[in-house]
Amino acid sequence: MSSPTVTEPTMPTAKTSRLAVDFRQYGILAALVVIIGLFEVLTGGRLLMPGNVNNLIQQNAYVLILAIGMVMVIIGGHIDLSVGSVVAMVGAVCGLAMSQWHLPWWMAVVLALLVGAAVGAWQGFWVAFVGVPAFIVTLAGMLLFRGLTLIFLVGGTIGGLPNEFVAIGAGWLPGWLGTMGKTDILTLVLGAIACVALVLTQMSARAGRRKLDLPVESSIPFWGKIVVAVVAIMAVCWQLANYSGAPIILIILAVLIIAYSFLLNRSVFGRHIYAMGGNLFAAVMSGVNTRRVNFAIFVNMGVLAALAGIVSTARAGSAVASAGQNYELDAIAAVFIGGAAVQGGVGTVTGAVIGGLVMGVLNMGLSILSVDAAWQMAIKGLVLLLAVAFDLINKRRGGR
Amino acid sequence: MSDQNIILRMQDITKDFNGVRALDTVNLEVARGEVHAICGENGAGKSTLMKVLSGVYPHGTYTGTIELNGTEATFSDINASEAAGIVIIHQELALNPLASIAENIFLGNERASRGIINWDRTTLEATALLEKVGLSENPATRIYEIGVGKQQLVEIAKAMAKDVSLLILDEPTAALNDEDSNHLLDLISGMRDHGITCILISHKLREIRRIADRVTVLRDGKTIETIDMADPTATEARIIKAMVGRELNNLFPPREPQIGRELFRVEDWMAYHPVDTARAVVDHVSFNVRAGEIVGFAGLMGAGRTELAMSIFGRLWGTNISGRVFKDGQEIRTTTVDEAVAHGVAYVTEDRKRYGLNLIGTVTTNVSAVALAQFARWGVIDRNREYLTAEDYRRDMNIKTPSVSEVVGRLSGGNQQKVVLSKWLVSGPDVLILDEPTRGIDVGAKYEIYGLINALADQGKAVVMISSELPELLGMCDRIYTISEGAVTGEVPRSEATQENLMYLMTMGKEAQR
Repeated sequence: MSSPTVTEPTMPTAKTSRLAVDFRQYGILAALVVIIGLFEVLTGGRLLMPGNVNNLIQQNAYVLILAIGMVMVIIGGHIDLSVGSVVAMVGAVCGLAMSQWHLPWWMAVVLALLVGAAVGAWQGFWVAFVGVPAFIVTLAGMLLFRGLTLIFLVGGTIGGLPNEFVAIGAGWLPGWLGTMGKTDILTLVLGAIACVALVLTQMSARAGRRKLDLPVESSIPFWGKIVVAVVAIMAVCWQLANYSGAPIILIILAVLIIAYSFLLNRSVFGRHIYAMGGNLFAAVMSGVNTRRVNFAIFVNMGVLAALAGIVSTARAGSAVASAGQNYELDAIAAVFIGGAAVQGGVGTVTGAVIGGLVMGVLNMGLSILSVDAAWQMAIKGLVLLLAVAFDLINKRRGGR
Repeated sequence: MSDQNIILRMQDITKDFNGVRALDTVNLEVARGEVHAICGENGAGKSTLMKVLSGVYPHGTYTGTIELNGTEATFSDINASEAAGIVIIHQELALNPLASIAENIFLGNERASRGIINWDRTTLEATALLEKVGLSENPATRIYEIGVGKQQLVEIAKAMAKDVSLLILDEPTAALNDEDSNHLLDLISGMRDHGITCILISHKLREIRRIADRVTVLRDGKTIETIDMADPTATEARIIKAMVGRELNNLFPPREPQIGRELFRVEDWMAYHPVDTARAVVDHVSFNVRAGEIVGFAGLMGAGRTELAMSIFGRLWGTNISGRVFKDGQEIRTTTVDEAVAHGVAYVTEDRKRYGLNLIGTVTTNVSAVALAQFARWGVIDRNREYLTAEDYRRDMNIKTPSVSEVVGRLSGGNQQKVVLSKWLVSGPDVLILDEPTRGIDVGAKYEIYGLINALADQGKAVVMISSELPELLGMCDRIYTISEGAVTGEVPRSEATQENLMYLMTMGKEAQR
């Protein structure tokens, strides 16, 4: 420590021992719980039936994957309108690779991810190195990639994709550990492992802070939150275990959520994204290589869009030219419902995922109630508006 | 003073924020036609008081009474106070840079009938207003084409267009050079001829002394006293004492310079304007700084001081840059910020809000921003260590914040400046270039910043200090370079420097020197 000391004028320094609680994050979570509760009642308990919990995950996986990429784009101060078209194009590439070029399914997947990276590099180049606003670059990309999709598929559809590929979006882990009555044991074991991992990491982080004499959350809220999380995880696993077991896509999602939360919270790269979105000039003057960061954000978005494309093509079982329509808007809506700021610098992966789940539960609940698709769209629009307005009002009251 | 001479009387104003008392039975009485200064340290309650007055905090959210021209005023919002003739000009100007002067003057107050703008009347009246404020510019000129000093005058013209009777100016000269400041101060003191009373919020005692008739001092949300400047006991020392609540015998903390070997040298530095590429804004500049030395750069606004610093530091400004930079006698490259930081050079910007800080980030993330790699292994940040370092700086730099997890935008200017300084000190620099390190900071915090700068020099660091305030350079620096039109026009040791000879060198122009 070599900072200078000032002895005059002396001021008492208050040591605060409480941690600031992020009410915004919990506000969104509370909204999700309320919406789930509401539809559970309205649908007479059908919303949380095993089959529906399973479908909620499998149907919305693409939004969650896109939202993870999108939240990084938006924190960095950009937007990506092209992801829906990229989803369609990647689907087309997968279809062609397997049915026309007769590649094995895993090579098709690798190829699709590479195509996504190339798309991201293309858009990242224009944004980061030429300085064209992302809104323009990705609006152009939206048209460009949709057009290429139509060219690849010649207006048609490629069906009959191999079972291994379809399983990525619509399959389950095999029941290696057998069943208990009708309940899949593997799913419960995975849930238990997740809970133990959660408890251990939280406890070790807490112990680490204690050791350094840093402020820690008091025990009751700390353990309270863990108990709630454990109950939620096990409840979801129980329902899944009573359906067809653990969806493969759930495993992929879990890995993505953990990895990207870590990336944004703990890595230098993540911090640079927040710094850039918070004040671009200050980031440049602090030595952040903003071009490289911007480029990486878009390459990453491209790869995640490709993954979303693989997942949704697999779930549909075929590559269709009209796939991915409005996906970009779903992802952007999820990110903003999840508390990100339009001007950048604010947002979290968990927020975006919860935002995506809010949209997903709405979709599913309204579908079970057989609400007309037109009305569903209108209602989702209003929810987006109200969620962001509520957040803003909340924030204004919090500050002066 | 008889009652009809009083334009404004604020009585027992008390305002709480979530249980924190920002204003505590504050009283303010302003006489018609006077220039009434309000001064106090950051957080003393000046802005809050003005927000109460202008209706930003509407009637009912505070206690106490406001009397305007003898009748009680209960403003519900800014529009209500403007209708009553009260206009505030904020420190950050509220002009649209892409619109013309005339459009800005009548923004929200358009010369129109039935929603259709009458452009002839707009131009005509704008010309008349510009004449009143002494600005000779075409009203069709766009705001971004004129300097900050002239923009400030446009703001005043805008206020006059609203039939203002009570004009509040929040630190109007904070971003101005001496020449523009003087013009503005003259204009303010002439306002009474237009029937306008002025409230001037300022940290600069010199300008208060020059144009204020009376000054009210606030401290910790309370009125300390109102001083009549005509009173022979109304000295600067008395005002400072009222502001800080203690005697400040010396504006600059004492220091025994321990000057060592040469640490940093720049030779023949050239930088051209990024748009007007034929114009050399930094012209054959050479200078050096020794360990433990504080070297000042004096120059008028536009002389090229900031451009010099920013072209050296990571080539953040200018094109066609040439010249050589040496540290410890070795030539170093500073073509990117990373290279400059790696060689132990730090540049603390003059505009901390725009270039220095992530205002929506926490104290911790700002403090660690430059030297983030120090806290990371394999690209993963050790947030506990980061937090502890932020805590260390909070304590050592005396950053007043509820916690290091507080958002920087909520801190006062002086504390924000300490955060910017901390962020650069974490990177362990040997050479610090400080650009206007005390701009917009009150007297008490200035003294603290000066103490920090002295401590850095005492640790053997080389400090370059760019400042528009000559007394500050004279009080702090061991040696002062003067810059005019991008060229060094003089180098004066502390013992020989006076305001007069520096001003002479700053204004002589490079042609005269050659």
